[in-house]
Amino acid sequence: MSDTVLGIQYDGGVLIACDQSNARSILLYQTNIDKIKELTSHTMMGVSGPNCDLVNFTEYIEKNLNLYELENDGTKLSTKAQANFCRNTLATALRKGPYQVDVLLGGYDTVKKQAELYFMDHLAALQKVSYNAQGYAAYFCLSIMDRDYIKGLGYDDALEIMNKCIKALHKRFLLSQPNFIIKIVDKDGVRVVSVGADPADT
Amino acid sequence: MYIANYFIAQTSTVRSVRLRFDLLASVRIDNDPIGRCFLPLIRHIDVSFDPSMARRYDASTTTFSPEGRLHQVEYAIEAINNAGTCVGILAKDGIVMASERRITSGLLAPAKTSEKTYFLAKHAACNVAGLTADANILIDQARLRAGRYQYQYQEPIPMEQLVEYVCNYKQYFTQRGGLRPFGVAFLFAGYDEHYGFQLYQSDPSGNYSGWKATVIGANNQAGKTILKSDYQKQPEGEEKMADDDDESGSIPDVQGALRLAVKVLNKTMDGSGTTAAEKMELFTMALDDNGQVVTKILTKTETQAVISAVESESASSGES
Repeated sequence: MSDTVLGIQYDGGVLIACDQSNARSILLYQTNIDKIKELTSHTMMGVSGPNCDLVNFTEYIEKNLNLYELENDGTKLSTKAQANFCRNTLATALRKGPYQVDVLLGGYDTVKKQAELYFMDHLAALQKVSYNAQGYAAYFCLSIMDRDYIKGLGYDDALEIMNKCIKALHKRFLLSQPNFIIKIVDKDGVRVVSVGADPADT
Repeated sequence: MYIANYFIAQTSTVRSVRLRFDLLASVRIDNDPIGRCFLPLIRHIDVSFDPSMARRYDASTTTFSPEGRLHQVEYAIEAINNAGTCVGILAKDGIVMASERRITSGLLAPAKTSEKTYFLAKHAACNVAGLTADANILIDQARLRAGRYQYQYQEPIPMEQLVEYVCNYKQYFTQRGGLRPFGVAFLFAGYDEHYGFQLYQSDPSGNYSGWKATVIGANNQAGKTILKSDYQKQPEGEEKMADDDDESGSIPDVQGALRLAVKVLNKTMDGSGTTAAEKMELFTMALDDNGQVVTKILTKTETQAVISAVESESASSGES
């Protein structure tokens, strides 16, 4: 709940922002972690939850998606198929040993030429959305997104909404999350827009 | 030179022939004058130098013959050459499959929906040539695979993946001991987003390949000959320049492909009398206006219409 993940799908791409704090209970391990994992060339997933599940889950998905491409002569899975694969993994594990991750999966479908954002929670619910947020941040940010989001908006507007949300969190959220990393996925793939603290700094 | 008796293997060595006799003893006949005296004797006793000695290596799938062949697999392929013919044709805008319905008795109840065409998924179907009982097992496997893929990815399975899965399943029975191969050849027809309409053929060995047009079953060679000449008719005379609409301009559309398929079946069913509508099963797959796959098994009336169209076409063009 305490990790923040924000996602907005705009015309031609998806923006996902995550806080960079790695903490458990009252202990703050680091403030420069990158919680947005790149799954394939055109998909990324912002994850909230314990670090172990974050890594386990995303690596499992990432490697299986890669295996699919290797087995099938370079055919890529569509964003929808990838999201459903993730959901299936969560659902299967749910009544055995659940992954305690809530994610926002954003991708650009190179065949259909459109950007898609999927909301997925630890109970294996899956929903395609235009914008959403995970964690306590949702209480602060959803209303901002509800008000400012219009269909067909562009990259600049989407980024502006994102920054508004982050500002609101900085001002009103009890937990201090000074650094945010924002990534974008569009027809050119996944790349970093801005970063609060360099994850490579160890 | 040693002498023994029983059972012979052939090597292709020049210097000498090693003859094995039921693993109990063996003979080495050297290529010298005395040794060679015995060769005609051995040849007389048993198979030595011709391929029918395959029968020593054909009892088990898990054994290669000295020529490097798997005889069980080849025999399985033979079984299909006696089965009812199936034609598959990739049209410009869809796929057509036509098959011969072998009616063994007038007392047989007529097929409820289709006899030779099996649906594997909403976007995939197949025709069978060979042992139907074997085919049912494989079709079950294919349906399960397609269903599981749909369940996991919420998307239809790409055609080649489905075909490859069935073929890998078949291959298992050509390598593990104690089990015979499936005596079935399939024509798979399907549509996926990545590669559009596709036609695949697979045989008991587990090999598969994609085709523009092909025939399996009885008289498939005759059928293929017709397809080779008639599938992509070269345009006559002037217009040999590249068209800007599509270079596949001479590939038939679904209706044209249906007629071509019937023409092929007429030829392969040659010996069995006039081709009646009950003896053929025609199947088409195309996209509707919403881009959804739509499949159809032609009714008796529709089948008859195609047959009549082919007959009048051949009559008017003066073909035999």
